Amino acid sequence: MELKDKLISSFMAFENNVDVDSPIHDIRTEAIKNFEDEGFPTKRQEAWKYTSLDAVLKHDYSVFPKHESALEYKDVKKYFIHEIDCYKIIFVDGKYSSHLSQTTHDDIDVCLMSSALSKPKYRLIIENYFNKIATKDGISSLNTAFSAEGAYIHIPKNKLVQKPIQIIHFSTGREGALLLQPRNLVVVDENSHVQIIERHQSLTDNPILTNSVTEIFANKRAIVDYYKIQNDTSSASLIDNTFINQKQESIAKVHTFSFGGKLTRNNLNFYQNGERLDSTMKGITIIGDKQHVDHNTLVHHIEPNCESHQDYKGIYNDSATGVFNGKVVVEKEAQKTNAFQANNNILISDKASINTKPQLEIFADDVKCSHGCTIGQLDESAMFYLRSRGIPEKEARALLMFAFSNNVLDSVKIPEIKTRITKIIASKLGVNIGFDL
Amino acid sequence: MLNINNLHASVDDKAILKGINLNVKPGEVHAIMGPNGSGKSTLASVIAGKEDYEVDEGEILLEGENIDELGADERAHKGVFLSFQYPVEIPGVSVTNFIKTAINETRKAKGLEDMPANEMLKMIREKAELLEIDRKFLSRSLNEGFSGGEKKRNEIFQMAMLEPKLAILDETDSGLDIDALRIVANGVNKLKSEDNAVVVITHYQRLLDYIVPDHVHVLMNGKIVKSGGAELAHELEAKGYDWIKEEVSA
Repeated sequence: MELKDKLISSFMAFENNVDVDSPIHDIRTEAIKNFEDEGFPTKRQEAWKYTSLDAVLKHDYSVFPKHESALEYKDVKKYFIHEIDCYKIIFVDGKYSSHLSQTTHDDIDVCLMSSALSKPKYRLIIENYFNKIATKDGISSLNTAFSAEGAYIHIPKNKLVQKPIQIIHFSTGREGALLLQPRNLVVVDENSHVQIIERHQSLTDNPILTNSVTEIFANKRAIVDYYKIQNDTSSASLIDNTFINQKQESIAKVHTFSFGGKLTRNNLNFYQNGERLDSTMKGITIIGDKQHVDHNTLVHHIEPNCESHQDYKGIYNDSATGVFNGKVVVEKEAQKTNAFQANNNILISDKASINTKPQLEIFADDVKCSHGCTIGQLDESAMFYLRSRGIPEKEARALLMFAFSNNVLDSVKIPEIKTRITKIIASKLGVNIGFDL
Repeated sequence: MLNINNLHASVDDKAILKGINLNVKPGEVHAIMGPNGSGKSTLASVIAGKEDYEVDEGEILLEGENIDELGADERAHKGVFLSFQYPVEIPGVSVTNFIKTAINETRKAKGLEDMPANEMLKMIREKAELLEIDRKFLSRSLNEGFSGGEKKRNEIFQMAMLEPKLAILDETDSGLDIDALRIVANGVNKLKSEDNAVVVITHYQRLLDYIVPDHVHVLMNGKIVKSGGAELAHELEAKGYDWIKEEVSA
């Protein structure tokens, strides 16, 4: 049976196991209809022209994990930013792992989507925010239809959350091929500040496909810092759909570090529903082999006096392929918009490729919008300069590649993340040098 | 220290060096002078191991060892240093991190441990002082937005840190005002010892007022056509190169 048919028939079984009186019952039912109509995206669609899901959809994925797998913290510690105290929401094969997690209900809610969807005290938030900004395309609708578990984070107003929140999804391979569909909701109220780190980590060679949807609401003057660490194994693929709705004077930043996985597609959408707010999206992509990373971004400037900053750096080796498709829409009312976009790429090998496409739709007449894409190779004169100082070829290359990408790290506010990322970069580039800049 | 025998080198099949012979002993300063396009910078790059150049004939011996087949990094490990005429700007790498990496990679190649951080800091402070380099300067991106003088001082700072056996200074005086020239020359002189050697490549004599050479060679059309003592540099400054051209063609 094709995966699509299997999913549609699984939906019946899924609905039998959940509360049909739940406020999102109708949302799920509508979503599965959307998925039935739209199906999985294909290369015929403009937004998916350079990314084919065919190879990842051919596996016979389990949709509902049958087993509960336990992991020992010591075995997976390295995937945590363990140097600092954090709240933790951890899942193993799609199921919540209470012993790896550290949640809270003191002042703030850092807990599970399954609780939020079932308990009356969360009902109002769910009604106001759930599935309000996720798009109705096939892939997001599929997630919505099966939405049951994930992270639920609600920060009431005037709270500066002292500890970052880590969300990690582990997969163990006990299910054979596994489809995971985490659903996250983050609501940050007026004047509050939160930092979130998200990671999907496969511990197996079995095929894993994650189709994740995260809705983030940054209300008035809220600050949201979101870090995505994508360094998965070569049998794991990720479709990350993240939607951010911002109110006036809020600041939302998403950093995406893509260093691994078979196929990674990031659909990152910012909606600016307020004045004088700031949206930042930055990324470093360093991949090789036959890996594929696709960054598909949208910034929708709806109101005046707002800013957006995009800076994506990519380094592609071997037969790796990359895509950057950055769309910026500036509505007629969104005067005095400042929108910047940069996508710079280095191709290390002749077989590597990148398709980069800025897409600007500007309807206002008093705006500053800039965009720039570059694709190049490493500067040979710089290589000779470094080597003439005793730095061997491999290390010189690594140093230049790190230098090329490291300005993206300037805006990372958690030093331990910076350190971790530089370590991952050094290991990706196969060198043992400190990039302590 | 350095023995170059009948060196022929070309780039894209175009012959540039056409039989260079040069012997540099420890403790010596050699100056190589010559008009534009005579092959001076090519000679410097070929000694340092730039891969764009093809050595067609002859050999380069460093302390008796043929270094032709070695990469630029391996030559640096053996003590060759080239001060670039045009130092390359590398955004995103600070001067300090660059020099740390260079020193520790060189130590690694020699089977040594990394230099302890406090020792490194002390050395950086001393050498920066020698070249009158401000501490803030060291945290800037390598050569990015540096003035001509800052770039050259930074080159000599690197030389001071790496303590090479053979330093080749390629047009180090170009783009320097008189104060910067004095600082740079003073730095080079302080680093000079009986165990190392310096080859100064220059167009003009003025640097040689500060770094006094033991031998001066005139390079023309890929060959050394005349050698002499420090007085030859003064003669060239006064009379230009034409008289040598005539002498050679005669």
